[in-house]
Amino acid sequence: MHELSVAQALVDAVESLIEQNGARAARRIRLRIGPLAGVVPALLTSAFPLAAAGSRCERAELDLIEAPIRVRCQTCGAESEAAINRLLCAACGDWHTQVVSGDELLLERVELDLQEEPQEEPMETLNYGSPP
Amino acid sequence: MCDTCGCNLTPGNRQFAYKPVEPSATTVSVLKGLLQKNDDQAAHNRAHFDARGILALNLMSSPGSGKTALLEATLAALKDEFNCAVIEGDLETENDAERIRAQGVQAHQIVTGTACHLDAHLVHDALHHMQLDGVDLLFIENVGNLVCPASFDLGQHLNVTLLSVTEGDDKPAKYPVMFRAADAMLISKTDLLAVLDDFDPAKAEAHLRELANPAPVFRLSAKKGEGLAAWLAWLREQLTAQRARVAQGRTRLPKIQPDGVRLHTA
Repeated sequence: MHELSVAQALVDAVESLIEQNGARAARRIRLRIGPLAGVVPALLTSAFPLAAAGSRCERAELDLIEAPIRVRCQTCGAESEAAINRLLCAACGDWHTQVVSGDELLLERVELDLQEEPQEEPMETLNYGSPP
Repeated sequence: MCDTCGCNLTPGNRQFAYKPVEPSATTVSVLKGLLQKNDDQAAHNRAHFDARGILALNLMSSPGSGKTALLEATLAALKDEFNCAVIEGDLETENDAERIRAQGVQAHQIVTGTACHLDAHLVHDALHHMQLDGVDLLFIENVGNLVCPASFDLGQHLNVTLLSVTEGDDKPAKYPVMFRAADAMLISKTDLLAVLDDFDPAKAEAHLRELANPAPVFRLSAKKGEGLAAWLAWLREQLTAQRARVAQGRTRLPKIQPDGVRLHTA
């Protein structure tokens, strides 16, 4: 399975957003995943902490939105919901349809933390054991 | 359902569950495909193929459905007509590449170790070991697996998915992501249909149509040389179409490209 490489791509993408926006970290990440993308949300959820370890996404919450499968019929023009292995038009039953939703693997939205890095404590206050 | 873990959130009430963004935070909207790096590399690979007028095909199937045997029969029939090259993907061994080289055809083996699919970067590295000038047809034999290979664009123009009659005829219904990505479906090992009468090629084709896939279906036996003519004719047609596209400065994306993403980013 390839969810870990998807998680790594996600961390890379969010890291560059953090960079572009001059932010400190990501707080919340929203992904849209369709069943036809071939990525299992539960496996991606378990892979994410491994990919994010040590990065500025480490503390981010991951929201996975499962997109419904919708098809548009090229014969009758109707748009309807469909099952992953039956992409038929619900109105007329024809198989000449186009998937309009359900195969996405999209990074939709990221909430970024803009707070300044806390100032480092001055060195001398840490030197408890230093000789006078 | 419980109120603590969030499992009672539905698409209908989800918006109420979000806390407003705190003053120290900002929200950016992105709508970006997560396989962007792979897809960029794939586009780069495809540009290499188009610049040389090469038609690139990605062969996908379960292990043992006869991809290498199909290539051997195809190359035997076409190698005097066209300049062919093959990229082989397997977890271990050079066995398949050696079978292709025995035909006098250039082959490069990608040994993936434990990776269950090829990606655009692996294919790009392989291209650096190959002589592409003058090549007409490039076959990329993906790792035998009906799941992961369907999610990665390699830079090919066409996907060919094999289904052997020793498997179930309901494979397209069980592995919809893979079979939806097929630009052609090959029912292989048809010489065994006489003894494996529980595989119905018509049912396999019906399951493919239920995935809204109009791809042509070819029934053939590489071992016995049956049904190859229609497949070879399709390859010739596709190469002609590729040359026409290249002449007009256009390219062709394989069916693997998700339509939904395109509609979202349009």
